Amino acid sequence: MAMKSKHQRLVLAVIAIIAVIGAGLLAASALKDEAAYFYAPNDVKVKGVEPGKAIRLGGMVVGGSIKKQADGVTIAFDVTDGKATVPARFTGIAPDLFKENSGVVAEGSFDDKGVFIANNLLAKHDERYMPRELEGLEYNATTHQMSSERQMKAEQQQ
Amino acid sequence: MHAYANPARFLGLARPITPWLFWGGLLLLITGALCGLFLSPADYLQGESVRILYVHVPSAWLGMGGWVGISIAALMQMVWRHPLAGVAGRAIAVPGALFTALCLVTGSIWGRPTWGTWWEWDGRMTSMLVLLFLYFGYIALARASAADGRGIGDNGGISRVTAIFALVGAVNLPIINRSVVWWNSLHQGPSITVRGSSIDGSILWPLGLTLLGFSLWFGAIVLMRMRAILAENKIEARLARMARDGE
Repeated sequence: MAMKSKHQRLVLAVIAIIAVIGAGLLAASALKDEAAYFYAPNDVKVKGVEPGKAIRLGGMVVGGSIKKQADGVTIAFDVTDGKATVPARFTGIAPDLFKENSGVVAEGSFDDKGVFIANNLLAKHDERYMPRELEGLEYNATTHQMSSERQMKAEQQQ
Repeated sequence: MHAYANPARFLGLARPITPWLFWGGLLLLITGALCGLFLSPADYLQGESVRILYVHVPSAWLGMGGWVGISIAALMQMVWRHPLAGVAGRAIAVPGALFTALCLVTGSIWGRPTWGTWWEWDGRMTSMLVLLFLYFGYIALARASAADGRGIGDNGGISRVTAIFALVGAVNLPIINRSVVWWNSLHQGPSITVRGSSIDGSILWPLGLTLLGFSLWFGAIVLMRMRAILAENKIEARLARMARDGE
């Protein structure tokens, strides 16, 4: 009899745990967009964000897009997520890690012309960790392999 | 498992293992930390601040691993009524909370130079802070129920409500793990996945040492705390008996 009640408790506990975790995960997945820390440029394009609404915009800084304005303290740059690109402007001191082809999260709002006016910039780090000697190597997100551009070109030609 | 339900048998096993875990873990984590400080290279983007990884990652691992341990103990208490389960849960809670706090603090120190902010309410950081609060809740419940004897047995067990709280709190663990995948977050995505590691080998290997070192050390602390709780209960039981006999 002792064995039976023990089994009963095990089954009950397992059902309860599955139910609670299921409920938690459902709630978390329902939060999906609400809990997002930032909008990607494509989210802005698809959903539309009204001008003046305070949001965070996150993505990669497009290579060659950072341009210093005439006043010397304002920078203009483009943010992309690979699907859409949004022009942005920031006045102030950018963090050291704010670079082209690197992640950024900008806090601010869109103006009437669709330019994102940032009042704060955060640099976003990606999941790569590597020594300086490997900088410039191309990272393949699907294979997790590093290879130089030369290697990649050689592979393409083959 | 019930072979170790007898505290005397458990103590007979825990006593000789503890020093091995303690000194072995300490040796590994100091070696790993020194290698991480002096032998591994700086990161191409973060520079020297990457080295906080060697404390931050083991802390996150043990903060979450601690709650896994508490949940397993809670399950063993609920289903098998294992007399040491409550003691194990109480013993894990404090170092688990400590490592969770250490994870948040080291992350914050790393975030300032890397992201440009001490704290942001993104999914990963918020869910990790929730884990710390869960630990505080568990510690308070366990202390209260162990003190007024509502726990099972006379081994310093905890109440059933505390165990249920531990199991429900486990919901937060997959949320912490997936937070950087489900939601756009400031925290970077997972570096080490089943497909491999995007951390270069020269930066990765000291992390293995500190991870193993901190884990062994955590085990030693848990065993020491379990022994302390059992000893404390023995003293209390003896004092109660003496008071009764003296009357």
